[in-house]
Formats: sequence, C-alpha cells, structure tokens
Amino acid sequence: MNRSTEVARDTSVRPGRDLTLPGSSPRPGRYYHLRNNYPTWFAGGALLLYGAFVLLPSLVGLGYSFTDWSAYSTDLHWVGLANFATIFQPNSEYVGAIVNTVIFTIATIILKTVIALALAVLLTSGVRRLSYLYRALIYLPALLPMVAVGIVFKSILDPDVGLLNSTLRLVGLGGLAQQWLTNVSLALWSVIGVDTWKGVGYIMVILMAGLLAIPRDYYEAAKIDGASGWQAFRYITLPLLRPVLAVTTVLNLLYALRVFDIVYVLTNGGPGYATDTVYIAIFNAFSLGQWGVATALSTVFFIVMIALGFVVLRVMRRPEVACT
Amino acid sequence: MNPIRSIRATVNNLLASGAGLIALAPIYLVFANALKTVTDASSMSAQPPLTPQWGNFGTVIDQGNLVTAFSNSALYSFASTILAVLLAALAAYVLARHRTRRHEIIYLLLIMGIAIPTNYVTLTKVMQLTHLIDTQIGIILVYAATQIPFDVFLIYAFVDSVPRDLDEAAFIDGCSPIRAFFSIILPMLTPVLVTCGVLNILNVWNEFVTPLYLLSTSDNWPMTLSVYNFFGLYESNWAYISADVVLTILPVILIYVVAQRWILSGTFSGAVKG
Repeated sequence: MNRSTEVARDTSVRPGRDLTLPGSSPRPGRYYHLRNNYPTWFAGGALLLYGAFVLLPSLVGLGYSFTDWSAYSTDLHWVGLANFATIFQPNSEYVGAIVNTVIFTIATIILKTVIALALAVLLTSGVRRLSYLYRALIYLPALLPMVAVGIVFKSILDPDVGLLNSTLRLVGLGGLAQQWLTNVSLALWSVIGVDTWKGVGYIMVILMAGLLAIPRDYYEAAKIDGASGWQAFRYITLPLLRPVLAVTTVLNLLYALRVFDIVYVLTNGGPGYATDTVYIAIFNAFSLGQWGVATALSTVFFIVMIALGFVVLRVMRRPEVACT
Repeated sequence: MNPIRSIRATVNNLLASGAGLIALAPIYLVFANALKTVTDASSMSAQPPLTPQWGNFGTVIDQGNLVTAFSNSALYSFASTILAVLLAALAAYVLARHRTRRHEIIYLLLIMGIAIPTNYVTLTKVMQLTHLIDTQIGIILVYAATQIPFDVFLIYAFVDSVPRDLDEAAFIDGCSPIRAFFSIILPMLTPVLVTCGVLNILNVWNEFVTPLYLLSTSDNWPMTLSVYNFFGLYESNWAYISADVVLTILPVILIYVVAQRWILSGTFSGAVKG
C-alpha cells in the first residue's frame, strides 16, 4: 500500500475558513482530500450483525461452559470443569462423537480429493466436446439441500427395496447387499459415501479451474523430453496444483467438521452412537436440556476451529494461490 | 483417426458419462417417483411413472402447508442476502481502500467468521434476550450475519480491481463518501455482488440447522424443515415425500440453470483467489 497518499488523506486536518483564498470561488469537492473518504463506520453494520450473532454467542459460550446451565433450573451455578469432565470421560458418547467426526473428516477429504482429481483430469484432458455437460451434471448434487439428499438416499439405501440393493441383486451381486444404515460397523461409511456423492462435484469444479490454469507449454515440453502421461501428471500437474489442493482440503475440512444435516436425516447418530458426530451430540444435549454440556462441547469445538482458522488464513493468503 | 486414440476417447467418454449418470440417478429417482401413484412409488423404484400424477404436487402443497414454507424460504433467502451483501460491500470497500492497521484487524476479524462455528446453544440465549427467537426477522438477521464473512472476503478482493481514480473523481465533484459508494462504487461491484447474492440465496435456501434451533412455530418453518417434518409424518409414502422433495430442490435447479456462470465464478474466486 502507498503509505504517503494514506497520510495525505488523513482526517486530522479539518479545512478552516482561512484556507479559502479571497476571490477564488470554492469548487464543489475542493477539500475532499482533507476529509476521511473511507470512514470506518461503513464497516459498522457488518461488524454489528457478525458481532451480535456469531462472535457474541461464542464468547458467552466460554462463560456458560463452566456452569450447570440447563432447562430444569433457572439459576446458574459455577461448576468448574465438570462439563468438560463429562465430555472427556472415557467411553462417553462425546468422545465417540469426536472420533466419528475425525474419521468422517479424514475419509471424506481423501475420497473427495482423489475422485474429484480423477474426474477433473478426465474432463479437462480426456473429454473434449461434452466436457461442459458432464461438469454441469456432476456439480449439480453439490448445490442441492442436504436434507433433500438425505431423504432420497434413505430410500436408496433401504435394505429391502432400495435402489442400491435391488441394483446389486439385478446384476447378480446380491451377496454385496447390505443393511447400509442399520449395520453398526457400516453406517458411518454409508454416510461418508453419500456425503462424497454430494460433495465431489464442488471439489472437482475447483480443481478443473486449477488444472486449466497450468500452461499447456509445460506438457508439450515434457512430451518432447519423452515423459509419459503418468510422469507429466506426477511431476507437472501435482506440484502446480498443490496450492489449489490446499484450498480444497481446507474447504473440505471446514465443512466436514461441522457435519450435521446428512447424519441427522440418514441415521440421527445411530444405530446406537455409531454415527454420532460433534454437531449431532451438541444438538442432542441441547434437546435434552443439558445446555451446559452442549455449550462446553461447542466451546471445545470453537477453540479447535479458531486454531484451524489461523491455518486457513495462512493458506488463503499465500500469494501463489491467486491464479484466476 | 488413430484407432488407439479413438478407443481411448470412447473409454474416457464412457467414464465421464458413468460419473454423470451416478450424479443424476438419485435426482431422476425422486422426480420419477414424485409423479407415480402412492402404490407404484412404495418401493421408490427406478421405473418411469406410467401416467404422470401431477395431482401429487397439489396434495403435498396442501397437506404439507408448503405455500407458507415456500414463501418463508424465499423471504429468508432474499432478505438476508440483500442485507448481507449490502453490509459486506460497505465494509469490504472501506477496508480494502483504506488499509490502516485498524482496518486490517477488522478485516481479519470478519473473515475469521469463515472458520468460526456458530454456537447455536448460546445463540438461542442471545435470541431470547433480544426477543428475536422464533421470529422471522430474527432468523433473517442470523442468516445475514453468517453470510457476511464470506461476502466480505469475496468483495474485498474485487474492490482492488475498481480503479481508485473513480472514487477520487467523485470526491472532487463533491460527492460525500456514502454517495460515492452508492452511485459510483456499488455499480462497479455488480459482478461480485451477483455472485455473492446467488451463493447466499442457495446457502440460505438449503440451510437446516439454524431453523432447527431457532424456530419452533411451524408457520415460520422454511422448506428444509418442512420437508423433513413431512418425511417424518408420511414415512414410506414415497410418492408424496418425493413430490415434496422435488418442490424443495426445483428452485435450486432453476437457479443453477439460470445463474450457472455466477455460481461457478463464485466457486473459483472463493477457492482460488487469495
């Protein structure tokens, strides 16, 4: 930024009468440079709403985490770390929810990135004429409301009449038919699968933009040097795509850690606690009136996300990420 | 044409259309079953409807109280989007133009909101204290607040591409800061404002968690909450459930078809721009 012009436009000097030379007719915006043309209050509305409905609840939450705030009593008592002890006691519902959320996050990041990358390469270099149509189709699920997707997949994954199992039986793979949403060891993976189906197009579209930004010359030079397709991918595409992959990973991460809708509709955390996630656990504790515990878990989550936020800022502000 | 290359091209096209088919199949399924009779749709099979039952939509709109839910969703999406985009543009403009230390800090604080999760439990408390819980104005304000960080992020990057000379010229001609913003800057920001607007509308239309915490009166429910509730009430009546789902996703698909360009540019700039 040009510091000297900033200083010249500073507000501290106000135009006085003596600055007007006698006889000169003042032009409309004569002293524009002496007033602050970019007043901070312009940001006031955004700050007020954001402060009141995003920051304030989180900060208030820090305090309420240490109380026995609940639906059953109107007065509050300081209970120290009791809520956190409830959350982190061994084999608690909450530890399970945290573990599930981590599994969900890692699995969806890997699945979405790998599938999206394969599709992005296919659509940018393998398919010519219909590329736009394919892209539009594969991206569509990403825009749909999660609740609607969940309801439709609830029918698709139905063990008896669902489309998935009946298709498997039709092609003679009936042995692979499963109780997708009610089998304790399978339910979380079914949720991961549905979430990947929905989210992969979004990541693919971003990666396609990244791939198209890589200059064609690099590939031609590599071809002249006798590089195979795989080598070109490994030594040109992947390194040059790294900043974009960092961004998609962050986007996947921020989304996956807060996963709620899809689990709520498909399994509501069940069977048992097999698909319980952090947001589901918070909602359940809230519904049961255990507001102190719910807030404490939100606070733990808030602190984790703040820490991740700093990582996000670093990734998003890196200069080489700008390539549109 | 070289035979190996043409085989490869065919395989690639097959793979791509396979992926397109997998993406489309569930959407087809819900459209097909929305038009079947209640008995034909009971197994939610992939067969196309014999005679389209357009009456399903009427029944569902009636029994699911969808006129109210639909107008609530539209109200929440549009009102919160206009509010968020306007406030974000005002903020992003001064923060990007006048980069003082204070403005840098405000900017960072605002875009931290992209990562900060909403604490819904204490949000309900804040809403109770301000008497905004279970009100339409309340949820509009909350939605606007949650969209602001991302909008500021997108608009801030765009402000730099608007030449500073334009503001200067306006100021010399005697424009006040607010007038310069509304008559000169805001029109120049149109592309990014449309992008933000379309993405915000879709986000709010699809949102589910916030009304789940904040709205208990069913007359205030948006489509997402209403379709979920309908799904609970009519479990296994897949014709009606599908019709309700279709009515929920149809506006999204229409917006996608009309505004694809803006959605894609938002996806790129949000992700690929620094």
